[in-house]
Amino acid sequence: MIKEFRLPDLGEGLTESEIVAWKVAVGDTVTLNQIIAEVETAKAVVELPSPFAGVVAALHEQPGTVVEVGKPIVSFEIEDDGAGDSGGGAGTAVGAGAVAAAKREPNLVGYGAVLEASGRPARRTRTFAAPAAASPVAPAEPVAPVRAAEPLESKVVETAPGERPRSTPPVRKLAKDLGVDLEAVTGTGEHGLITREDVLNFVGGGDLTAAAQELAGAPAQSVGAQSVGRVPAGGERETRTPIKGVRKFTAAAMVASAFTAPHVTEFLTVDVTPTMELLARLKASRAFAGYKLTPLTLVSKAVLIALRNHPTLNARWDEANQEIVQFNYVNLGIAAATPRGLTVPNIKDADRMSLMELSTALTELTDTARAGKTGTEALSGGTISITNIGVFGIDAGTPILNPGEAAILALGAVRKMPWEYQDEVALRQVMTLSLSFDHRLVDGEQGSRFLQDLGTMLADPGMVLAMV
Amino acid sequence: MFTDDAGKGGISAGGPGNSENSTRRTGGDLVQLITPAGERISHPEFDPWLQDVSDEQLGSLYEDMVVIRRIDAEATALQRQGELALWPPLLGQEASQIGSARALRDDDFVFPSYRDNGVAYCRGVKVEDLVRAWRGNASAGWDPFTVNVATQQIIIGAQSLHATGYAMGIQNDGADCVAVAYFGDGATSEGDVNEAMVFAASFQAPVVFICQNNHWAISEPVRLQSHIQLADRASGFGIPSMRVDGNDVLAVMAATRIALDRARHGGGPTFIEAVTYRMGPHTTADDPTRYRDANELEDWAAKDPISRVKSLLDRKGLLTADLEAAVAAKADAVAKELRAGTINMPEPQPLDIFKHVYSTPNSWLDRQQDHYSRYLASFGDPAEAASEEGAR
Repeated sequence: MIKEFRLPDLGEGLTESEIVAWKVAVGDTVTLNQIIAEVETAKAVVELPSPFAGVVAALHEQPGTVVEVGKPIVSFEIEDDGAGDSGGGAGTAVGAGAVAAAKREPNLVGYGAVLEASGRPARRTRTFAAPAAASPVAPAEPVAPVRAAEPLESKVVETAPGERPRSTPPVRKLAKDLGVDLEAVTGTGEHGLITREDVLNFVGGGDLTAAAQELAGAPAQSVGAQSVGRVPAGGERETRTPIKGVRKFTAAAMVASAFTAPHVTEFLTVDVTPTMELLARLKASRAFAGYKLTPLTLVSKAVLIALRNHPTLNARWDEANQEIVQFNYVNLGIAAATPRGLTVPNIKDADRMSLMELSTALTELTDTARAGKTGTEALSGGTISITNIGVFGIDAGTPILNPGEAAILALGAVRKMPWEYQDEVALRQVMTLSLSFDHRLVDGEQGSRFLQDLGTMLADPGMVLAMV
Repeated sequence: MFTDDAGKGGISAGGPGNSENSTRRTGGDLVQLITPAGERISHPEFDPWLQDVSDEQLGSLYEDMVVIRRIDAEATALQRQGELALWPPLLGQEASQIGSARALRDDDFVFPSYRDNGVAYCRGVKVEDLVRAWRGNASAGWDPFTVNVATQQIIIGAQSLHATGYAMGIQNDGADCVAVAYFGDGATSEGDVNEAMVFAASFQAPVVFICQNNHWAISEPVRLQSHIQLADRASGFGIPSMRVDGNDVLAVMAATRIALDRARHGGGPTFIEAVTYRMGPHTTADDPTRYRDANELEDWAAKDPISRVKSLLDRKGLLTADLEAAVAAKADAVAKELRAGTINMPEPQPLDIFKHVYSTPNSWLDRQQDHYSRYLASFGDPAEAASEEGAR
């Protein structure tokens, strides 16, 4: 017979683990407690011992996959007496436990809680009036329980079977005292928990009766998996989106960067009128016909030139090996706002490119990113980054380093400003450069000199002759 | 200062029934009777307490240590297989637990921490009862009064107060049994343990404090917690102490016997620091590689408590194939019993929560039970409702 091994909660309340490696293959005979896999939880890398003696029939997940607690990961072919090394009946009992787990969702032992489809734990409906419709086996099945104690007599259609909104006893008391139906309140706390503030906001938020009537008439399909708040004419007051995909990755990268690399940000405001004049001349020139030139193109080139004299900004702190990696090439990252969120694709070996090549590469990079088609290759291996916040009309910021890089430059908007020019005030085109760098790798002096060189080039492109 | 320069002489821990003055000395060098290589070192003050330990008993100490290590490994595996919610491994501390627990009399009362499963095993706690609470099937695994072992204390050091209170009760009864508190190095930094030692000293209560210094309070190394040896903390309370090699089952046993003897004869409390090492994680939810050096583990693996007894048995020519086979068979059988007992453990029923609140009938509780029964009945099929609730 086939027995499944479901991923257990390996560390007091974990909901998922990553399969790091399998120590067995399909067809292998395993003994009880033989290590079959290495699994990484949020707390530790642990070895999984086999709960059965038998033959591995299937491995359900690939290494590198993050698996939810309770999902089957291995199937074993067990001799029918279920004996193996596990003693009479023990093997069978494990299987029985697994079946029971699927049905009953125990949350402390056994195979852990099945992740609920909605933000709230599935609870059975109390069968006051309705027949025993609420089978815990099918938590996704919509039912419409009639509640005995609904102060506003609103009949809320729910997607989850009769689950009670999550809140705490004092909040439930408050709601009861105020005559608020918690079904109608959107929880803003963790996992949709309804807080005291939510209830008070709800009360303060408008006419209860109207809200309730609106709710009672609300079509079923408008009711999402989350707790449904008042649905005023303008739509939901809040929208809750699961954190996943690029947003999750971006968040993790930003947090990792912000809390591992001590950031320093320096600002320099530069009169870039000469650069803008140069840009206009290049655009008009026949040699650059068909090339898309922007301030970013020229600043990128200036960065690449400045890096020759300041290589420390093009380096990486290798914590694991306790080494500083000095890159002798530049993979220039460009932060791009894409439909999927922020990505930082990079241009490989940008330091070897002519201005034309760089222009082409930048155009390709931004087009690909905007189309949401940037490949993983372009997203890894960056050595320094530029973010162009000027396109949004912003002057300056304190950019967070792309993880693993030593510096990131933010370009501000080019503005016409009254500025000192030849000892008089003139209307000049001015841009602020914001440079963040990893202070473990880059000293204030190095960062400052790099930024100064950059400013010099942009203020007077002819100075490049003195630098290369 | 916390390295375990084992075998550097002894301390004055007192011989049987004499040398009252010398027993008041505290701390001192680590007492070791079996070297990591399995060599038996003679010790003038400790040896008299081990005269009755026959070859056979040495073999049985070995057996208990092997069995409890196996129980520990099986329980850890059961946790990884989703059968237990959590397990606190004792790997490396077998000698401290077996050596001390085997020195106790049946009428002594033990107040253990969550990690002292070896002590509970020696006291006769059934193996499945060891894991009952860790499976979440009961708030306590056993009836304390059937084995004279309190339920395992999760709150760090709280049991030292219970032990001291119990010891004061013994005093009041005029009995000659002893209360024994087990706790770890981290607990000695807790208020409860310090308060317990104050009371124990003030009342000269018959209590023994057995501190298994396993070097790590979760991720906090003992050297950060104490700038003196833990055994020396006791002197601040006027409690005599001993510092023994906690990976040496005979040293721990002799020290415990000395302390028990003192307590039985009105000599008051004793503090024993058993210097050992937690070779595994704090619990199955912990990853020690994040905070401790692999070399440290390697150093301690060389001082393994079981392998040194094995070597001693070998030197004495006692490590026969029969003994090894018998010990292995026993360990296998106990592990099997633990696994079957765990997996087949009946789930608690919803109304069970009313069972252990009051020992006598209570009308208010009865009312609550009645209400709860009716609540459960509202789910329709009561049996179904009960099993559903029970699964939560």
